Amino acid sequence: MSSLATMFDACRAEDRAALIGYLPAGYPTVEDAKRLLAVLLDSGGDLVEVGLPFSDPVMDGPTIQAASDRALRGGFRVRDLFTTVESVARAGGRAVVMTYWNPVHHYGVDAFARDLAAAGGLGLITPDLVPDEAEDWLAASEAHGLDRIFLVAPSSTEERIALTARASSGFLYATSLMGVTGARDVVSNAAGALVRRARAHTTLPIAVGLGVRSGDHAAEVAGFADGVIVGSAFVTAARDGEAAVRALAAELAAGVRRPAAQPA
Amino acid sequence: MAHAGQRGTAAPLPPTRHDPDERGHFGPWGGRFMPEALIAALDELSVAYDKARIDPDFINSFDRLLRDYAGRPSLLTEAPRFAEHAGGARIFLKREDLNHTGSHKINNVLGQALLTKRMGKQRVIAETGAGQHGVATATACALMGLDCVIYMGEVDTRRQALNVARMRLLGAEVIPVKTGSRTLKDAINEALRDWVTNVATTHYLLGTAAGAHPFPVMVRDFHRVIGIEARRQMLEQVGRLPDAVAACVGGGSNAIGIFHGFIDDPDVRLVGFEPGGEGVDTGRHGATLSAGTAGVLHGARSYLLQDPDGQISEAHSISAGLDYPGVGPEHSWLKDTGRAEYRAITDAEAMDAFKLLSQTEGIIPAIESAHALAGALRLGHELGEGSVILVNLSGRGDKDVDTAAKWFDLIDPAEHDSPDGRDG
Repeated sequence: MSSLATMFDACRAEDRAALIGYLPAGYPTVEDAKRLLAVLLDSGGDLVEVGLPFSDPVMDGPTIQAASDRALRGGFRVRDLFTTVESVARAGGRAVVMTYWNPVHHYGVDAFARDLAAAGGLGLITPDLVPDEAEDWLAASEAHGLDRIFLVAPSSTEERIALTARASSGFLYATSLMGVTGARDVVSNAAGALVRRARAHTTLPIAVGLGVRSGDHAAEVAGFADGVIVGSAFVTAARDGEAAVRALAAELAAGVRRPAAQPA
Repeated sequence: MAHAGQRGTAAPLPPTRHDPDERGHFGPWGGRFMPEALIAALDELSVAYDKARIDPDFINSFDRLLRDYAGRPSLLTEAPRFAEHAGGARIFLKREDLNHTGSHKINNVLGQALLTKRMGKQRVIAETGAGQHGVATATACALMGLDCVIYMGEVDTRRQALNVARMRLLGAEVIPVKTGSRTLKDAINEALRDWVTNVATTHYLLGTAAGAHPFPVMVRDFHRVIGIEARRQMLEQVGRLPDAVAACVGGGSNAIGIFHGFIDDPDVRLVGFEPGGEGVDTGRHGATLSAGTAGVLHGARSYLLQDPDGQISEAHSISAGLDYPGVGPEHSWLKDTGRAEYRAITDAEAMDAFKLLSQTEGIIPAIESAHALAGALRLGHELGEGSVILVNLSGRGDKDVDTAAKWFDLIDPAEHDSPDGRDG
């Protein structure tokens, strides 16, 4: 059983959703990011998504774009990603990497998987890679024992949800709305419908991301999903420092522990 | 419209043996490296295009627009005074500059706008570099009553201020993009962000033969008319096929359009000229096929300019329309198979050719097209006396007069009312 499966089982046993927090490696500096990831996990996060800053983040809104920019201007290199993941794993934390495909493609898909596994990373979230184009990654993830987290969206057909779920392991990432990353005032009502549709095709845990920023959002999503993913709100907190990350993680951790009742 | 196309302008859209596989791969290139959220829209577009490209109603509508609105067929013009500088070669120009809106871009735009109507979408978004594609898109949207939003890098809005005004005059909203290098690549990023948010109501009218499937094959097909016409005109007017076809390559749409007219003529060399900027060895260029490596950008696997970490590099070119670190996947395939060859032309060589054509033939070319003209001069010297070269003159240079005036120092500040000049 993979480490992610164990984590979701444990959360289920506690009748709650998992809290999954995203922060980009290298933001605001490589060492600061390591510390902030540790704080996130110490303050109630169950899993971190370590972002690989990319020059052309087409699925990201202004908050993550600005953080990626800052990390790259600060001299971030791909090797820093692996040391960041390693620092999380050494402290006993769980980390997956979220990355656009080109840096992996350029590094060499098998080499990237090898080095990520060696650093103690558990898998990859691939926002611009669909299973249809993922032949190399399917092979490399098998070879190196990594989980493959693909995304489904409100626009996905039943056929594509089934195909994507079959190719995924660890968990399935459901994007709550049609749009780029960024905190929103309300959780899209498309999220619940998408999770319900996905349940018909898979027994994998399903985590919901895009737009979640508060404890109340987290509680709402925890009512129907197995994991709550928070990105831009953590990046904004990271800009404000350790205390802000700690406070947000605590608020969200409380949220995932009081799942909202689901409408009948 | 049984008579449509009798003058031979019928748009050649149906599939050929040069099509990609059903998932959009040209050999190892192309495909769909896109967020899942956009896959449904790409599937919808593929289905709509596959039906349209063999539907006589669609083909006739497209053909009628090309003829009665865009002004096709475009002329084939010999350029003898220009050719005096080409080592004895004869040079012929395919006059895409004479199309309505001043470049080849109108072909693709009319095709995709028709398709947008068929798909029942009311809103169109597009990126633009030099502004030619943006102007063409704004034009087609005005013609067909579609809402139009154009994303343009802030640097380019300054380089091409006149085109910004043209687009606004045509009723489009122009959004300057202030992220990244603030040029074409960033305009595409921003258009993709809009598309993923508004995909249910919006068609992304991509302006070059790049991006995720089906864009490379669809955009190519809408431009195949250039090559089909040029081949016929060469046979009618010159009595033979050219020895070489020269075209500029940024994303590669005009090149792929003219190349396809000759792709089954093995004796015709197909040569693409990329923006060499300040020189390929300086690192400040946009010569993706000459100096790039395999990568994934904007939805397709293709050659790319990138750093050792796979971060996308900024391209550099005096030509806003060629200032792009990627290239269409079919060009990557044609490079690998050897059917086409690709070379770099520096800013300086392109500007020399720009001036030379202006002063020998009375035709001011787009700076993009001037790269192909400079390439033709080189090819002429290589091929020698009596050789015949066809150049795709993909656009006119009115938009570039400001850039040229600065490059050649044509404006005497003393003649000017405002001593500060323009900030453009």
